[in-house]
Amino acid sequence: MSSAWPLYRAMVGVGLLCGGLIVTVFELTKPVIARNQAEALQAAVFQVLPGVASSRAFRYADPDGFRPLEPGAPADETVVHAGYDASGAFVGVAVEASGMGYQDVIRLLYGYSPVQQRIVGLRVLESKETPGLGDKIQSDAAFAENFDSLDAQLDAASAALAHSIVAVKHGAKTQPWQIDGITGATISSNAVANALNRSVSAWAPRIQAHAAQLQEAR
Amino acid sequence: MPYAAPASADELVKGLWRENPVFVQVLGMCPTLAVSNTALNALAMGLATTFVLVLSNAVVSLIRNFVPKQVRITTFILVIATFVTCVDYVIQALRLDLHRALGAFISLIVVNCIILGRAESFASKNPVVPAVFDGLGMGLGFTFALLCLGSLREVLGAGRLFGVAVLPAAFEPWVVMALPSGGFFTLALWLLLFSALKRRREAAA
Repeated sequence: MSSAWPLYRAMVGVGLLCGGLIVTVFELTKPVIARNQAEALQAAVFQVLPGVASSRAFRYADPDGFRPLEPGAPADETVVHAGYDASGAFVGVAVEASGMGYQDVIRLLYGYSPVQQRIVGLRVLESKETPGLGDKIQSDAAFAENFDSLDAQLDAASAALAHSIVAVKHGAKTQPWQIDGITGATISSNAVANALNRSVSAWAPRIQAHAAQLQEAR
Repeated sequence: MPYAAPASADELVKGLWRENPVFVQVLGMCPTLAVSNTALNALAMGLATTFVLVLSNAVVSLIRNFVPKQVRITTFILVIATFVTCVDYVIQALRLDLHRALGAFISLIVVNCIILGRAESFASKNPVVPAVFDGLGMGLGFTFALLCLGSLREVLGAGRLFGVAVLPAAFEPWVVMALPSGGFFTLALWLLLFSALKRRREAAA
């Protein structure tokens, strides 16, 4: 037996024990974490759509459009949340978007109003951006203000955005579809803009084309 | 029990004050400066680190005769990373908003030099009972230090303590205290206090 045996024995033994422990804790906490995330998502939907009192999830599929999400079905990237005000009128849609940031994937939730053709709110659901710089995308009040009313007008054919959503240098915003970026967090600001642009470009035409399904299906 | 109570009590107390990891050993500066912007963040970070420190010290001490010298650091890091991952899941299950506030710093507990330092310099050379007390003392000392910084920064930077307003509304918060530079200022003040106390003790002796 070679002298390497005790090394392998120690590392493989400890590795197996550690792996087993992680799997156990992961399995035990998984349902609780999923419930917490669902609740946080619900709260975020209310935040990105001002004036909303209730919401309902819909799944989109070509070519039929939106169908109410079956209870218990997983919420993946084809699911959006329609919001209704206290009188039951349709306000807008909350959509999840994600894109690669500086460190890891950034997950966003934004509110889109089909009537105004605008983004009316945005929240960062998950990010691991650099503390003190990139993580300002979720804490900087001036950056958050960009999304209270961000132009997302469709072009004449209603197939794409009339103007792409882009992040510009801090203080250089001149157009309603531009995002005033964060100094020192260019990559994170651009990541938010790109994720938003990609998602709105895909979803705005679908929502405009099938808005009636979202309004009626209460 | 091979160890009498006073010895274990000493392992516990030394980390709290005499060998405080932050104020005396000046270790673990990254989380100390970064996550001490509010008292709640400081407390959560301190307790998460304490939890990891106690468990990793216990396990490292238990396997100390089984792990060859050449792979000890690898094995210790593996044990530490396992407990940090568990803490990460548990915090997500308990408080998702707290997990968001602590962000990347939970995973970074792995590279907190206090933890590997105690595993290497104490737990790998001592039986499990003193190792656990050492971890507990160092962890609570770290928590205490973080709370010292966090409370001061939250009171001065936001006029609040644990989210409750403690200063009159007329007080204009010093925003700089909540920013990274405030962490350095506050740490400098506490280090000054501790070195002044040390000098006085030495002068008296």
